[in-house]
Amino acid sequence: MTITALTRPDTTAEPAPGDSPARTHRARRQPSRMRVERRRSLTGWAFLAPAALLIAWLNFWPMIQAFVLSLKTGKGARLNFAEPLWSNYARLLKDDLFRTTLGNTAIYLVIQVPIMLIMALILATILNSKHLRWKSLWRTAIFLPCAVSLVSYSLVFRTLFATDGFVNDVLMGMHLTDHAINWLGQPGTARFVIILGLLWRWTGYNMVFYLAALQNLDYSTFEAARIDGAGPVKTFFYVTVPQLKPMIVLTAIMSTNGTLQLFDESYNLTGGGPANASMSMSHYLYRIAFQNNPNVGYASALSYAILIMVAILALLQMKVGDKRD
Amino acid sequence: MIKVIRKTALYAFLTIVAVASVFPLWFMLVGATNTTQDVLSSRLWFGSNLLRNLRDLTGVQDLTGALWNSTVNAVTATVLALIVCSIAGYGFEVFHSRGKDRVMSILLLAMMIPFSATMIPLFRMFSTMGLGNTTLAVILPAVSTPFMILLFRQSSRSFPHEILEAARIDGLNEMTIFFRIFIPTMRSTYAAAAVIIFMNAWNAFLWPKVILTSNASQTMPMLVSNLVAGYVTNYGVLMLAVLIASLPTMIIFLVLQRSFANGITGAIK
Repeated sequence: MTITALTRPDTTAEPAPGDSPARTHRARRQPSRMRVERRRSLTGWAFLAPAALLIAWLNFWPMIQAFVLSLKTGKGARLNFAEPLWSNYARLLKDDLFRTTLGNTAIYLVIQVPIMLIMALILATILNSKHLRWKSLWRTAIFLPCAVSLVSYSLVFRTLFATDGFVNDVLMGMHLTDHAINWLGQPGTARFVIILGLLWRWTGYNMVFYLAALQNLDYSTFEAARIDGAGPVKTFFYVTVPQLKPMIVLTAIMSTNGTLQLFDESYNLTGGGPANASMSMSHYLYRIAFQNNPNVGYASALSYAILIMVAILALLQMKVGDKRD
Repeated sequence: MIKVIRKTALYAFLTIVAVASVFPLWFMLVGATNTTQDVLSSRLWFGSNLLRNLRDLTGVQDLTGALWNSTVNAVTATVLALIVCSIAGYGFEVFHSRGKDRVMSILLLAMMIPFSATMIPLFRMFSTMGLGNTTLAVILPAVSTPFMILLFRQSSRSFPHEILEAARIDGLNEMTIFFRIFIPTMRSTYAAAAVIIFMNAWNAFLWPKVILTSNASQTMPMLVSNLVAGYVTNYGVLMLAVLIASLPTMIIFLVLQRSFANGITGAIK
């Protein structure tokens, strides 16, 4: 691996690339009387400093700036504080398109995330059983969609669900419908295709996390359940799910976070259409912030709305995860 | 009898799921070799239009340029992120203290900050710094992520303490121990992390689209997305572009699959 090439064979004080500046200040070669403990603690801080500083600079700092921006109005470089300060937020509440995109995102979240996580759990349980054959074949096939970029799969789905595309050909061939369905041209079906796409792309991803968690569990708990006469369904609900709870909470938070920021699919699969009916919040945000007549202040207010929703939902999920113990 | 039925149902279910998972990829693969009419008339076998599609694709888009940009961005991001996050995760675990725990829990909060909420200030900041259209601006936000730090901290727990003590007694300094002993020992964690970081960097769309405005710095996902911007879409060309954009990540995943699974399993213990 490339990183090993960065190692120096000698142990001189010369800092390696990727080293933190803090460490070069550390007087390691001086015969100091500093206690080993203290020196190690400093080394530890130096080790985590680059990562921590980057997160502070590129996550926390912009988050504060975004809040300040959300209180401003104006075009281009001339931004002034709005009068009253919260006017961007007030405008957001009255914005019909914001409500539409919020509703769409909520639909994607409420329908897709639970189905996906349950599917992933079931698949992981099946793949974890000792008696299953061709395990790696199933696992590879189910995980493979995750290797495809969101843009790529969005466009493949767009092609499959085109009016003269594959799905309509199959449905008409089986006489399930007598006319071609305009999948991407109607609000309901357009949202349905996005949900289908999300399920296809992410189920295997979540399954891998569950599978890894299952493999760390003691297999004897499953054996014991079987000997006690529990069927697969009972075992699933009373043995598998409770033991996987931390992982379920983690994946639920990750999926919620991802869905609230849904952009690539909305932009590429349906283009937000028809008439913005399938547009996601992030897609709307992108449009306000970077297209036509950019309105940075208003876009920042929208971005803060997303941030607050993510935070509330994550806290809720952690609460639910903590209970029932 | 019931057992046989149950078994058949199980394998039938798995087959359906597996076919549904792989089918769109197959559609993309054969589509790349077909004409736009063949793609739309749902031809599911290879055609002879591959070279023609390739010529048409390179005719309208700078394919090699986009491939090069994507490769540079993804490789740089992967190398930097692996070093920064693994050394931090190792630092948190091996030099464990209460203060560091507190820092870690603050960093974990960043996991909840959606990228949408930081994107606008980041764009303004990088633009004022004159970093628009640069590799650095594309990759920097992806270098240090709480998720990766957490992954490395968790897997550092399985790094045997005896090795660490022995190395210290032998007089190796902490940096040497990390690079020469920790990294080689944790190969499967690194492989898993590399797969995730590389895939995310290669597939990134929104941020590159925002920060890279010149045609010359266009990445693969941006190229693919641009193909459907016009009124007429050539589906054969589109499927070829989608295939080319997906091949690197698919190959990396297939090659590193075993270490990937082991790495994830080790990390979440």
